[in-house]
Amino acid sequence: MTESVHVLKHPMTKYIREDRQPWIYCSGCSIGIVTGMVARAIDNLGLDFHKTVVVSGIGCTGRTSGYFKTGTYHTTHGRAIAFAEGAKIANPELEVIVVSGDGDIAAIGGNHLIHAARRNIDMTVVCINNFNYGMTGGQFGPTTEHEKYSQTSPRPIGNIEHPFNLVKLAASSGATFVARWTAVQARRGTRSIEKGIKKKGFSFIEIIGACPTEYGRMNRLGDGLAMHKHLLEVAEIQNGLPPHEAELDYEKRIVCGEFVDIEKPEYTEVLREMQRKLKE
Amino acid sequence: MPKRIMFTMGDIACAEGALSAGCRYFGGYPITPATEIAEWMSQRMPELGGAYVQYEDEIASITSVIGASWTGVKAMTATSGPGVSLMLEAVGLAVMTETPLVLVNIMRGGPSTGQPTRGQQGDVMQAKWGSHGDYQIIALTPASVQEMFDQTVQAFNLSEKYRTPVFVLADETVGHMRERLVIPDKKKLKLEYRKQPTIDPSEYLPFKPDDDLVPPMALFGSKYQFYATGLTHDERGYPSDKEDVQIRLITRLNDKILKNADKIIDVERFMLDDAKIAVISYGTPSRSAKKAIRDAREQGIKVGMLRLKTVWPFPEEQVAELASEVDHIIVAEQNMGQVYYMVKAFAAPTPIHLMTKPAGMPQLPNEILDKIKEIKSI
Amino acid sequence: MSRYEVRFGGFGGQGIVTMAVILGETVSLIEKKQCVQTQSYGPEARGGATKSELVIDDVEVDYPKVQEPDVFVAMSRAAYLEYVDGLKDNGILIIDEDLVEVEGDLPDGIKIYKIPATRIADVDVGVKQATNVVMLGALTAITGIVTPEGLKKQIVERWPRFKDTNLKALELGLKAGKEAVPTSA
Repeated sequence: MTESVHVLKHPMTKYIREDRQPWIYCSGCSIGIVTGMVARAIDNLGLDFHKTVVVSGIGCTGRTSGYFKTGTYHTTHGRAIAFAEGAKIANPELEVIVVSGDGDIAAIGGNHLIHAARRNIDMTVVCINNFNYGMTGGQFGPTTEHEKYSQTSPRPIGNIEHPFNLVKLAASSGATFVARWTAVQARRGTRSIEKGIKKKGFSFIEIIGACPTEYGRMNRLGDGLAMHKHLLEVAEIQNGLPPHEAELDYEKRIVCGEFVDIEKPEYTEVLREMQRKLKE
Repeated sequence: MPKRIMFTMGDIACAEGALSAGCRYFGGYPITPATEIAEWMSQRMPELGGAYVQYEDEIASITSVIGASWTGVKAMTATSGPGVSLMLEAVGLAVMTETPLVLVNIMRGGPSTGQPTRGQQGDVMQAKWGSHGDYQIIALTPASVQEMFDQTVQAFNLSEKYRTPVFVLADETVGHMRERLVIPDKKKLKLEYRKQPTIDPSEYLPFKPDDDLVPPMALFGSKYQFYATGLTHDERGYPSDKEDVQIRLITRLNDKILKNADKIIDVERFMLDDAKIAVISYGTPSRSAKKAIRDAREQGIKVGMLRLKTVWPFPEEQVAELASEVDHIIVAEQNMGQVYYMVKAFAAPTPIHLMTKPAGMPQLPNEILDKIKEIKSI
Repeated sequence: MSRYEVRFGGFGGQGIVTMAVILGETVSLIEKKQCVQTQSYGPEARGGATKSELVIDDVEVDYPKVQEPDVFVAMSRAAYLEYVDGLKDNGILIIDEDLVEVEGDLPDGIKIYKIPATRIADVDVGVKQATNVVMLGALTAITGIVTPEGLKKQIVERWPRFKDTNLKALELGLKAGKEAVPTSA
């Protein structure tokens, strides 16, 4: 007599390359949660997955694209948005999603972020901000707060520099949809990613995440569970707040919500209009 | 629509060549002396349903070209040395992910900002070795306005056929000079397109090569799913730090160019049949050499030229064969000696004489003639 | 015709580059000879002396740049001083006599033609911007490197909107060239 064993699969498995499991992420890391948020957003919208392209750069979050079972590309450091622009402009039928980290998007790729936002090219950028370069072992980055410790901002002072506020940066660069959530606000975050994908324009969604292995350890923030609990405690939902008031103070207050949702002519649509006019 | 026959610049011939080859995406950043290509493209691309996109820098420009290429659109960028310096990161990415693209370098004086409005051929080695790691590249060296058109078409064909970035390396003089350009009838142009997979998507291995060492390329938006990465990857496209995976991938990426070198390389043998002295040259200096050779022939000196229309992969066999035919070889290039070292590697023990010119004008015909006469008297 | 080299020099705004281009178009597209046009680029093309050149031949032009011009058309003093060197023995020097004076030593046997091109354009054509077309007319009449008909055809092709002005400028330039009497240095 044989007994069939029913294997319970995660409902998002259909979008994920199972042959690439296990994930490379450390336990307690937020990137897996955000990968799930992106998959659920795709699922909720019922996107044609073949027409969806997932692009990422270098770093822990940069590995995200490789887990999605569609056309995916892993660029050099910082260039995910630049690559995505070329793909979207060359084939506007594609739904282009960039998932990458704060170092990739805002330091080495910062110039591409602000200019893609300025051009208003239709794509959705999901930036997981864990306040440091995790993959290289925990160095400070463009979002590391002042006087926080890292492998390259040691005691007694910690980080000499000051962080970017990515919501403010994206909003002032011209993004037409800007939101911020923490990794624990998975449903709200997913909804914003859905809105970002639906938006005809440049969408930027920052997800504040935990890196217990590096950043958490060096700043004594506890393990992954403790860090995520902390994110829940300090998250303050302020939908519709002007983006320049969307403060981020890791210890006390992380303002979350959707801050920008505006309409502006989108690059590929204007280009197609130009092509049409020239044909006449 | 431009006319089929034009009196126009090398830069514009290059742009028209790209359009005739089917290029419908240009990502670029303005730079002298390649700006005319961008300007022409900004007008022509939208007319043809394509895109001219001006990026914030050269890094974004070429990376976007890679992105465009993965949608199946033929794509290019054009720049000069300072821009190439920035683009080399992405050249490596394109090599590693086997992305067809064309990179035009209208070479100006360097290093650094150098002489923006003056030509030089200082970027030959940069094209070959500029990005890190072991790889092969294809680089073509046109010497006239017509060749700017023809070899840009050829660059697209080679990039599609071998799934690799291809350089068009033209010096500023060729880029900016005006000559007659005849745009061939579209039906007469032989165009190559990358192979696409035909097997069942469940069996598709994105980096499994065919017998020609080139894997069929799936596109974004197709029924095939794939992961392309700059990391060393196996045939599935998955990253690997295993030694055998690295060896297999790097060997294949090199071999797909080197083992097809005879199909890629193009040279012109000019008055070489009875030559005792041979000039090796490319780009504008080869035109000085032609005049010098014609003048020398009038004086009864048996001299000819091997003109390189392809510098990478290097025409090793052609140079070795030449070395067995002649007593002396003169290498005339507009730099401090770059192709010279390659010639030395394959022409020994035939004596090789270098004529350098690290300045805005190529060697003058009479300078090359003097050198020919000097060597004749040895 | 064997290799023939033409050099134009002047200041930015005179249409120096255009002169060589339209002459090159006429040679290449209408009279079906070989030719290559090059020019000076960069800071010197703005305000200072600017240069544009043409090499014409019945066979393939090998070396593309001018080495010893057979004819030099000088339309500013700065350009004259900067680019007069290399003018071939027994060559032709054409100057806008209101803007350029012959200075310094010239090679042997140079024939100098003085054409008041700017004045003709300004006074007789009524459009100062047509100076370069006046000078092209004079050059054509003096050297015969292209036919007046060929040049006319190309001018109409290139500037259909300004056809009348430019054809008038061309006629007056051809006439001035025909009537000009060469002097030696």
